[in-house]
Amino acid sequence: MTFSKTRRLAMTGLRLGLLAVVVVLAFGPGFLEVGTMRLCAQVFLLMVLAMMWNLLAGYADIVTVGQHAFVGIGAYALYGLTAKAGLSLPVAILGAGAVALVLAVPITAIVFRMRAAYLAIGTWVVAEVCTLLASKIPGYGGATGITLPGQVIRALGGNVRDRFANLYWISLGLVVVAYLATALLLRSRVGVGLMAMRDNEEAAGAIGVNLVASRIICFLWAALFLGLAGGVLALLNLRIQPAASFSLIDYTVYVIFAAVIGGVGSIEGAIIGVLVYVGLRNAFSDYSNLYLMFLGALSILIMLVEPRGIWGLIRRVLPENIILVSHPYRGRAGREQGES
Amino acid sequence: MTAERTSALLDLRGVSMRFGGLSVLDTLDLAVAPGEILGIIGPNGAGKTTLFNVIAGVLPPSEGRLIFDGRDVTGQKVWHRCRMGIGRTYQIPKPFGKMSVFENVMAAAIHGGGVSIHTARGRAEEVLERTGLLHRATLEAERLSLLDLKRLELAKALGQRPRLLLLDEIAGGLTQAECDVLLQIVRQTHVEGTTIVWIEHVIHALRSIAGRMVVLYGGKLIADDTPDAVLADERVRSVYLGEVT
Ligand SMILES: Nc1ncnc2c1ncn2[C@@H]1O[C@H](COP(=O)(O)OP(=O)(O)O)[C@@H](O)[C@H]1O
Ligand SMILES: [Mg+2]
Repeated sequence: MTFSKTRRLAMTGLRLGLLAVVVVLAFGPGFLEVGTMRLCAQVFLLMVLAMMWNLLAGYADIVTVGQHAFVGIGAYALYGLTAKAGLSLPVAILGAGAVALVLAVPITAIVFRMRAAYLAIGTWVVAEVCTLLASKIPGYGGATGITLPGQVIRALGGNVRDRFANLYWISLGLVVVAYLATALLLRSRVGVGLMAMRDNEEAAGAIGVNLVASRIICFLWAALFLGLAGGVLALLNLRIQPAASFSLIDYTVYVIFAAVIGGVGSIEGAIIGVLVYVGLRNAFSDYSNLYLMFLGALSILIMLVEPRGIWGLIRRVLPENIILVSHPYRGRAGREQGES
Repeated sequence: MTAERTSALLDLRGVSMRFGGLSVLDTLDLAVAPGEILGIIGPNGAGKTTLFNVIAGVLPPSEGRLIFDGRDVTGQKVWHRCRMGIGRTYQIPKPFGKMSVFENVMAAAIHGGGVSIHTARGRAEEVLERTGLLHRATLEAERLSLLDLKRLELAKALGQRPRLLLLDEIAGGLTQAECDVLLQIVRQTHVEGTTIVWIEHVIHALRSIAGRMVVLYGGKLIADDTPDAVLADERVRSVYLGEVT
């Protein structure tokens, strides 16, 4: 079962390539237009959203259609922590994640009483309730929302270019941290259990994987990163508004399409899915309804051909994932026997 | 969890299992002593696999209680029972298809065995070697043949180092030589201190290793004795052996 040298080389090449892309992206604000930086920041945040949905649906079998709840909570928390509490931006962004995490605890207690389709509906209902509550908080602009105050916007940067450069870096930082942290989670003991759950839930329980604890960890994990992304999204949009900050379509439905097209149950799938989605969105921007139907049809088609999405197709020729979350067997006493 | 005065490692008290109107286990009493090898036989559909599902915690019994190691585990989740030391194989293998064979066993050692990832790696290698699967270590489990999948079931259970090992028809389809190897593995596991309950249709294999044998029929145990005595029993011969020949 030894892989040929060329395949091994190809894997190393892909990994270095990915690293190079991240390094080049870090210098993005040096050469990108403001509009492009804004688009990139959106793409990075969508990648965080897709990865979290993927973690829940692809590994923990929690098919949620309510993850926009935590995005919106993050956005509203950011407004509160900056405009009301006067905290600095870095603290407020981290705070947005923390608030989402804390609110996820009672939400977990509610939705985890349900399974499968009921759980999906439950997450949606919870998100709708959150949207409604957000419009009722006094001083947060009601149903029409509210713009971030001038001092918050100025704290982002003195001019438009600086502001978007900072938002770009914050979003890039968030996506890198979210992916690295999630990869480490998947490599940990918990992650080994999640992979087992993904492949066969009953058998995972039978080898001692605590299905309930694993699910709760994933749900809270996702809430934290969704909240962080929600906070940054509020900064990117410069305002909060119930319907927009808690957008079912933008932060859940499209994200699900992206995750499914890219491939559930893999980290690479979430990245690819968002790139394909945004690419299609820009190509079809003139036909909004048609585009939604096309995206839906594409995800169904891909699911039929390869349930593990585009990355599943690519994996038919690649020996392993680029972002290695598995624990390959390396043979006796370091003697290479197989998968590197 | 009340402490129970019992010397048995596993003690089933009045356990019934009904699916709707279908009664599969009927107020069953069964005690498994620490260190024994208990064979279970019975015709297809007798409820043998159901019994394992009840013991492992996949199915909550309709009635009755289960005591494991002196503790009432009736309400305990599957994974808690596993961590307490109950390991099982599935008659119809349930591999973690997208994980490598190595990772399948590693996962069992980490979660069921409660060891670190590092320790689990070493243990997985050792168990795969013992079960003759080491040359398949890097393969995705879903690519294994049925025979190898059955070996993987055993390897996963052994990776947990269970105190009680439930084996569900793992000898079917093996050649005589392969069956001897399997018996050797089970014997070795037993010597290392594991109590074994083995459901098997390959009677000669079971006869050669079990210290005690029970026959499940109609939701009840209709015989409970040494294998030789059980297999000589008139009733057993008529309901069981008569049926398979
Ligand atoms: N989860 C279940 N739901 C309904 N019926 C079941 C279930 N599991 C087993 N049965 C039924 O219980 C009976 C015993 O099955 P099983 O325990 O698999 O028998 P054995 O392993 O002895 O061949 C069969 O009639 C089977 O159809
Ligand atoms: Mg059976």
